[in-house]
Amino acid sequence: MNMALNNTDRPNSYIGRSVTRPNALRLLAGKGRYVTDIKLPRMLHAAFLRSPYAHAEIKSIDTTEAAALKGVHLVATGEDLAKLCKPWVGTLDHFRGMKSAPQLPLAVGKVVWAGQAMVAVVAETRAIAEDALGLIQVEMSELPPVVDIDQAREPDSTRIYPELGDNVAFKLTVESGDVKAAFAKADGELEETFFTGRHTAVTMEPRAIIADYNASEEALTVYHATQTPYQFQDLFSRLYGIRESRVRVIAPDIGGSFGMKLHVYNEDMSVVGLSMLCGRPVKYVADRLESFVSDIHARDHRIKTQVAYDASGAILGVKVDDVTAIGAFSTAPRTSVVEGNQVVRLIGAPYRFRDYRADLSVVFQNKVQTSQYRAVGHPIACLVTESLIDRVGQKLGIDPFEMRRRNIVTSDMYPYTSPAGYKFERLSHEACLDGLYKLMDYPRLREEQKALREKGIHRGIGIAMFVEITNPSPAFYGVGGARISSQDGAIVKITPAGEVQCLISVGEHGQGTETIIGQIVAEHLGVDRELVRVITGDTDVTPQGGANWACRGAGIGGETALQAAKKLKQNVLSVAAAILQSAPGELDLINGQIVNRSDRVERIPLSEVARISYYRSDTLPPGTNPQLTAAHHYSPQGYPFAFTNGVQACHVEVDAETGFTKILDLWVVEDCGRIINPMLVEEQIRGGVVQGLGAAFFEECRYNESGQLENGSLADYLVPMACEMPDIKIAHVETPTQDTELGAKGCGEAGTAASSAAAMNAVNDALAPLGASVSQIPMTPQRLLKALGRG
Amino acid sequence: MVTKTKKPLVPRLGSERVKPAPFRYFRANSLAEAFAAYAEAEGDCTYMAGGQSLLPVLSLRLQTPSLVIDISRLEELRGISLANGVLRIGALTRHNEMLHSPEIARYAPLLSKAAPYVAHPAIRNKGTIGGTIAHADPAAEFPGMTLALNAEFEIANSEGRRREPANGFFRGLYETGIAPGEILVAIHVPVFGEHDRCAYHELARRRGDYPLVGCGVRATIRDGVATNGRFAFIAVGAVPQRAFAAEAAIEGQRLDETAIAAAQTALEQDLQPDDDSETTGAMRLHLAKVLLGRLLREIALSPSKAVEAAA
Repeated sequence: MNMALNNTDRPNSYIGRSVTRPNALRLLAGKGRYVTDIKLPRMLHAAFLRSPYAHAEIKSIDTTEAAALKGVHLVATGEDLAKLCKPWVGTLDHFRGMKSAPQLPLAVGKVVWAGQAMVAVVAETRAIAEDALGLIQVEMSELPPVVDIDQAREPDSTRIYPELGDNVAFKLTVESGDVKAAFAKADGELEETFFTGRHTAVTMEPRAIIADYNASEEALTVYHATQTPYQFQDLFSRLYGIRESRVRVIAPDIGGSFGMKLHVYNEDMSVVGLSMLCGRPVKYVADRLESFVSDIHARDHRIKTQVAYDASGAILGVKVDDVTAIGAFSTAPRTSVVEGNQVVRLIGAPYRFRDYRADLSVVFQNKVQTSQYRAVGHPIACLVTESLIDRVGQKLGIDPFEMRRRNIVTSDMYPYTSPAGYKFERLSHEACLDGLYKLMDYPRLREEQKALREKGIHRGIGIAMFVEITNPSPAFYGVGGARISSQDGAIVKITPAGEVQCLISVGEHGQGTETIIGQIVAEHLGVDRELVRVITGDTDVTPQGGANWACRGAGIGGETALQAAKKLKQNVLSVAAAILQSAPGELDLINGQIVNRSDRVERIPLSEVARISYYRSDTLPPGTNPQLTAAHHYSPQGYPFAFTNGVQACHVEVDAETGFTKILDLWVVEDCGRIINPMLVEEQIRGGVVQGLGAAFFEECRYNESGQLENGSLADYLVPMACEMPDIKIAHVETPTQDTELGAKGCGEAGTAASSAAAMNAVNDALAPLGASVSQIPMTPQRLLKALGRG
Repeated sequence: MVTKTKKPLVPRLGSERVKPAPFRYFRANSLAEAFAAYAEAEGDCTYMAGGQSLLPVLSLRLQTPSLVIDISRLEELRGISLANGVLRIGALTRHNEMLHSPEIARYAPLLSKAAPYVAHPAIRNKGTIGGTIAHADPAAEFPGMTLALNAEFEIANSEGRRREPANGFFRGLYETGIAPGEILVAIHVPVFGEHDRCAYHELARRRGDYPLVGCGVRATIRDGVATNGRFAFIAVGAVPQRAFAAEAAIEGQRLDETAIAAAQTALEQDLQPDDDSETTGAMRLHLAKVLLGRLLREIALSPSKAVEAAA
């Protein structure tokens, strides 16, 4: 079924080609339209007073002086907005026993993290609103903060929410085979504890929202920097009691999202209520300092592990105890336990051992919430797994490539179900490993490493395999009761001039969705790509769908577009057949021309079919009603997820005197199924790799004992910059999924999934001759020096 | 520049914002105009040159002056000139000019060696050497290097002008010898001699960041023997620091491994960095020693300026 798409010599063949982005010129010319650029008539601006304490009671709030400031329209407290907005709870049914306290737009009675919004001011300008914040008097009484994962679980620990009983949000045990027996028969075992640093997305465009409530028709329009407009249509409707059909969410140009822009945020929910109270549009754009204390964070884990192996290097069993802290709430609507769940289910995923036990504890603490951020859980699972493989290999003197070859799930084993229950249709570990070996010229690198070591230069090579979850079915959230759609919808129509518009529920936020959807529609309809305009991100205009999360734009959105285009093509051919007194089966649409299927002789242009259909339907045979608009919805129905795979390698040089690391090279061989646009896949991989290297070397939200974020600015929180990044070389293996005609899987998270792990393995490879190793990211110079005994 | 506070890292009630509090703006066309404006505002004002440190401070509302006096157009503060063996660098010389000026490279090469480490091109295009010295961030490159160069500062006030040596000028965190209302006009640097050598390096997490430790060294090396060594360290305390004991350890010595090790050991007397949330003082001292060793090896091996010029 997929084979036909390989023919890139046909007219209108775009799938598999690195075509450019239709929106690039507009964005580069500064003509983008982000939420920040939008100015509505009578629009006001909101600013938020935030808690300076991690945990405190609010005794009283005096807003008199702020409300009296010239230009201030409204000062609203938690109680004011609680009268309008229902509370929300970030739990889902399929995470049995999980709990979280209800949330409201603004804090009521107490605050549970430093930076939590307490009071909102709406004014003529943002500056006036900020001036007014300084005039609000809040009397607070500090409570002991819960900041440490062990402290949080102690029986006498402060309860962040006494009504929840304790500070444990969720516990899960995943068990498969007989791990005890595996350890009993092992030739050796080793244990290691890993730490991954809490970090955050740092999108170029911060969170931004304008809410415009129109009381006269009880309708709400929201311009929202979000990756999931339909999800927010549902949430705004239900929480504020506005009819769903009258809630319009528009996601204009989006400057990066990375999973950060699909969660319910207090400020975003507040702005809707503020617009209702003011009767005017209200805008809020998070500034960078606010982003650090209110955007979700992620990846704060301590993972204790034990691995059993035999003398041949075969991994026999793995035991895992993962404790992760998620802040004071579980985030709605996806929960904050998905990351931990994916960590314990993805550990060991590329490998064939069957005996596995993992215990997961998810705890509350007085910090901002963590939740889904690019490659949710993958980088942590990969770091743990790949480091353990290398540690066993080091113990036995087995080369990292060989260790992996001996342990991977091989091509004769599919379909394969992992110990944690994930079903793999077909992965390509051998092909990826072989490809990487060649791409990086592994033997030459090892020789060079040996020669340089003799000169006191410490280079390291690290390898990390990954398996990535993409194309999620309702098994991801839907089964847990979440109103999060796994399907997407597309409407494709022919305009009277014979051009094409595709309205689709998957969105564009920098990754190139509109480009690939245009490629698919043009190819499957049979028109020039220039004629296809793709429209996304408006719940009043585009069909209902899940939009962008968990790597689904290409795999699900792409298949939706493909089927819609095919349906429309049939409709076009039916009308053409009526005009030409032919049969639809005898015609084809190629390059905007209706042609004979047999000899490809041109019969009539598509533009002529459109003109007749729209303006001269009187000339058509009776009963002919041209349907030059086609809609299609698609949801995965085969495998619950389309897993992808690949392998990365990192090459570093460690300065053993200073602990500083230079990243020299990074290679990726990845398999995301059918590739629609190699350039965009590679851009996704590179961006993802950089975020993983950021986690490996730079990014960490550092909190002190009182729960204050100590580095919440771009001067102090280090994001990776171009100077520190290596060239990233990429090669592809294509194993299309058979579940769809398109065969595409996701690629957005693959880069992030394994680059931290490859980096840690590379650093440890460099440190090995010095008798040192690290098991914590980010691998700062301070931590490396400590490992080297020089701290 | 009268910036005195470093921004706090935790959000505080109503204070941590990204929009400046309202202020009036005045562009001075002469020093006299600037001083008059300062006097009229009774000190409730600040001078602005490149604004690269001041604007974030205003935006965070760490300072809320009622008046900002823009001194960036004062011709009297511009230009680089050479007279009587001293290079005079106007306070408004931008970081980017410091990086590319042939005069700086020839007569004060330590500054041009430090210049590539100063922030990023966008900041270098606006920031000025006078601004960074007056601001006196202990981790900034140029203020620290004035110590190694034995520079002198030319400071103007409404009464006239005065000179103050770099040594002793940095009094405390963001505190300098510039009195309220005074303006730094120029930096005077004795020119680099025929047998002088210098080197700069720093250890920063990312290119352009403030470093964990930075160091510039200069020494006169004749027939392999070092004299007049002056080592300046940045990011090791509240102010940039000279390393007098380490300098003494190489005075009159050949720069061999023994002398270098002695200088590294002596550095313990010079620097006592504090612990911070990420880096211990001991680690910072260790890094300072490593850096000093590398820089001394570099100047021991590097050709003198005379040889460089011949080449």
